[in-house]
Amino acid sequence: MDLEVLVALPIIIPLLLGALSLTVLSNHSAQRWLGAIGTALLLICSVWLLLHTREVGIQVLEVGSWPAPFGIVLVSDMLGAIMVVLASITGFATALYSLKTVRKRFERFGYYPLLHLLLAGVNGAFLTGDIFNLYVWFEVLLVASFALLILGGERAQMEGAIKYVTLNLLSSALFLTAIGLTYGLVGTLNMADIAVKMASLEDQKMVTVIASLFLIAFAIKAAAFPLFFWLPASYHTPQVAVSAIFAGLLTKVGVYALYRVFTLIFTADTGFTHEILLWIAIFTMLTGVLGAAAQFEVRRILSFHIISQIGYMILGLALFTPLALIGGVFYIMHHIIVKANLFLVAGLMYRLGGSFELKKLGGLYRNHPGLAVLFLIPALSLAGVPPLSGFFAKFILIKAGVEAGAWWAVGIALLVGLLTLFSMIKIWNEAFWKASPEPNPAVPAPTRNALLYWTIGLLAAMTVCIGLFAQPIYQMAEMAAAQLLNPAGYIEAVLGGTTP
Amino acid sequence: MKPRRFNMRSLILNTGSSLLLPLLVLFSLFLLLRGHDEPGGGFIGGLVAAAAVALKLFAEDYKAARDMLRVHPLQLVGIGLVLAAVASLPPLFVGESFFTAQWWSLDLPIFGELKLSTPLLFDIGVFLGVIGTVLTVVFTLAEAEHS
Repeated sequence: MDLEVLVALPIIIPLLLGALSLTVLSNHSAQRWLGAIGTALLLICSVWLLLHTREVGIQVLEVGSWPAPFGIVLVSDMLGAIMVVLASITGFATALYSLKTVRKRFERFGYYPLLHLLLAGVNGAFLTGDIFNLYVWFEVLLVASFALLILGGERAQMEGAIKYVTLNLLSSALFLTAIGLTYGLVGTLNMADIAVKMASLEDQKMVTVIASLFLIAFAIKAAAFPLFFWLPASYHTPQVAVSAIFAGLLTKVGVYALYRVFTLIFTADTGFTHEILLWIAIFTMLTGVLGAAAQFEVRRILSFHIISQIGYMILGLALFTPLALIGGVFYIMHHIIVKANLFLVAGLMYRLGGSFELKKLGGLYRNHPGLAVLFLIPALSLAGVPPLSGFFAKFILIKAGVEAGAWWAVGIALLVGLLTLFSMIKIWNEAFWKASPEPNPAVPAPTRNALLYWTIGLLAAMTVCIGLFAQPIYQMAEMAAAQLLNPAGYIEAVLGGTTP
Repeated sequence: MKPRRFNMRSLILNTGSSLLLPLLVLFSLFLLLRGHDEPGGGFIGGLVAAAAVALKLFAEDYKAARDMLRVHPLQLVGIGLVLAAVASLPPLFVGESFFTAQWWSLDLPIFGELKLSTPLLFDIGVFLGVIGTVLTVVFTLAEAEHS
């Protein structure tokens, strides 16, 4: 009873922090302290929630004591708890990185309150057990991300934001339509209850229609093929810290939502929905990596790689075997940390090298060997070089693909891994290895980067640890996958076995 | 030639507003407290209170309205959100689920029974939040014209 509140903490902590930092809007140092210490506290509570969930099983909190199918429930199963921990890690790293990189002007416009609100939205989406509440959290995080995206008000930001906002609103409208149809069909919004009632419907045609609507809505949010172009148009425009948290978290909320509804609710017609998911995964992997090959701006290259990586995660869901789901969950864990870190590295490259353009960069290895090492760890991990985290993630997925006989997907996944390596080597060659285009850059590099190095180093160390100690991580992914494949456990935890 | 500013300052509005303002603020509080059982509540009360400040802005000027509010409207939003979030916590101390409504009743000598509750605290948070949000918008527009 007492530890039930753990499920609410990852939502209420960032909400309180955001509100508090809004009350001290003109006090910059108070805002920074609230940001750093608050996200650290959030991280501690999230890890606690994960450990507790691993020990005891699925945790359910009935908000306001309203019983399950009627009130809103917060549910922490392994997948949700893992995602919350990842979100908190990214939030903590971003808050640390922001201490040194975010200008006063942005702080005055409410950078920190927005950051907390974004985290609250993300965590809320991961923990809610109510489909309409999921929509609300999506909107919370979108509103926060809209504001963070245009903080600074440059032309490129506005251009990116228009595409971002338009497509995300379209996706929200589809999502809401799908919720409306669901409610019309089964008369409930509780996800566990929906799952029970949908399964007992005689006419499954409407269910497939609704499934397709959810599929499109979440695929847009996850930046999957073919509606991914909002992402590379916008992710390279805001502050580096903002880019990092967007890259790490936002699309993954879409992926999480896909995982949730297509394992819990829409499992009746997997021949149809998961076949579509498979092709989406293949094309997403391929277009993302090909798009990256054509880019010569560090953050744009990384943005396109987000898309191709999303493909891998969807592949795990599409294959829908135990091993594939383990691979998908493992991939998400590896990806969020690596991708956020790469963006932070890109920010440091900009500080030290003066540009994001590969043409203008150079000689970073000679001048800053430490940064070079810290780039190589996440970059090689992204490409899937052993013994880093990306290798195991890809290995599990490809093994699952071979077992399932999805040869096309396996071939493309391997090819995309190779092209990712090519892309990372391109950045390495241009930015780190080749001689600096200007022998002595006129701008003196800013000093006092120790905190930035530490932040990047921390995330890089996590990447190495996931690779070296893959076994416990694998076990957690295995538990998460087992819960996903057996929705009865989730349903019973929420509804308490009192279903008709 | 100096550009002519649209000016709403008039004696009637000025005198009227000084009479209306306390009434509006009282009415907004009335709406806030009435809201639990009958139509009303923090949201609509907040709108009325924000309208009172906006009336001050039209009748006098930007500075007078800012002085009347004393704090930055965004800070008001922050305080409101803190209150609303804090309202979710008391049930935890009595071993009930997060966000469960808690009621306390006080016996006052003249007024009789006074009911206090966490929904009231939440509603006050909404009240302040709405005032802050509306006034942020209004003040930003007024500031743009002011400068």
